[in-house]
Amino acid sequence: MLDEGTPLFLQIAEQLSSDIIDGTLTEGSRVPSTNEFAAFYRINPATAAKGINLLVDGGILEKRRGIGMFVTTGARDRLIQARRKEFAEQFIDPLVVEAGRLGIDPDALIEMIRRPTDRRRTAEYEPLISSTPQAPQTAQEGEAS
Amino acid sequence: MTPIVQIDHVTRRYRGMTALDDVSTALQANTITGLLGRNGAGKSTLMRIITGQEFMTTGSVLVDGQSPLENDAVLGRMLFVKESQIYPDIKVKRALEAASWFYPSWDHALAQELVADFELPVSRPIKKLSRGQHSAVGIVIGLAARAEITLFDEPYLGLDAVARQIFYDRLLADYAEHPRTVLLSTHLIDEVANLLEHVIVIDHGRIVADASADDLRGRAVTVNGRTGAVDEFLAHREVLHRQAIGSLASVVVTGPLDDLARARARDLNLDIGPVSLQEFIIRTSGDARERISA
Repeated sequence: MLDEGTPLFLQIAEQLSSDIIDGTLTEGSRVPSTNEFAAFYRINPATAAKGINLLVDGGILEKRRGIGMFVTTGARDRLIQARRKEFAEQFIDPLVVEAGRLGIDPDALIEMIRRPTDRRRTAEYEPLISSTPQAPQTAQEGEAS
Repeated sequence: MTPIVQIDHVTRRYRGMTALDDVSTALQANTITGLLGRNGAGKSTLMRIITGQEFMTTGSVLVDGQSPLENDAVLGRMLFVKESQIYPDIKVKRALEAASWFYPSWDHALAQELVADFELPVSRPIKKLSRGQHSAVGIVIGLAARAEITLFDEPYLGLDAVARQIFYDRLLADYAEHPRTVLLSTHLIDEVANLLEHVIVIDHGRIVADASADDLRGRAVTVNGRTGAVDEFLAHREVLHRQAIGSLASVVVTGPLDDLARARARDLNLDIGPVSLQEFIIRTSGDARERISA
């Protein structure tokens, strides 16, 4: 769920931002408490607080004394604007680089983006990961003590 | 930040060896600090000195401004859960009862929950317990006592992965409700990395890193790519570790990398990856580094 390397508080802030952008957390709704985040992600409460405070400072969340933390009005728009600025660097640049490596020229790439059905069909020919659920192996862990 | 434990220039020499060499650090009040390092690095010695169970050769340790040595007022606020705690020949429930008299903040309900979590047989004499159950007794006492300063010295000997996760979850949950100062020594770094707010790394009796866990995460990065491109990128960066396969090289360098360096890496077609806290510590522990490069 959390990766190494990126500071954890940034990941908490990113996760919350994503939840607001995709509507899981709506404007005006209450956000889980620092301790709830800490328990859920199994991280130090101070780290969770740091991530939440980042969004408070950015005007995305607001503290209401004695009640909790809430998503501000206009938070979603502000987050989308911010994410759009990063979009090219985070997604387009690596996409173009990888396409170049594979010999897919920009026109072909644009065509692939335009016609997602073709893309999916191509992917079906070479399944890299089987989608059939595998039977769980009998657990032999948990040494008796 | 208020230091609750102040350690200044502490040296501990035994005949022919130096266990701690001019160690200075501090524990901040109400934080969980990890004391990390290899076996024999000096972690336990430092914990025994903080809790007044061992003398230092030179230096000073102050707990809330006072020396812990034979100081009941200070010692009563601290709890030290040792790797191989020795208990009197009594049953588990008697040991818990005795601990409850000693620690004013003892939470009986929490102790009962922990006993159930670890499936501890309370009517069995402690000396008849398995290795893991024996460790669990220490953990139950360590958590339920809610001592103002709690030191756990590799508290999980013999505990399986499930029981260790119970310990971590319970520690976090109870710490969130009742903040207190915790020092946790361990070499299972990956398991506890996310629980820690602050990290002290000790190697051969010396402190090699003393920083917030977030800071340490950015202190090193891996750079992967064609050997020529990697070398061009490295220039005069400090290399902590290097490995090569065919025409590819993977190096661990000190970070963090600024935007300029990241852009340069992209131009050179290099991949930049994270380094886990555990790998960072392996790469910065002097002995390991010498052996790898030898």
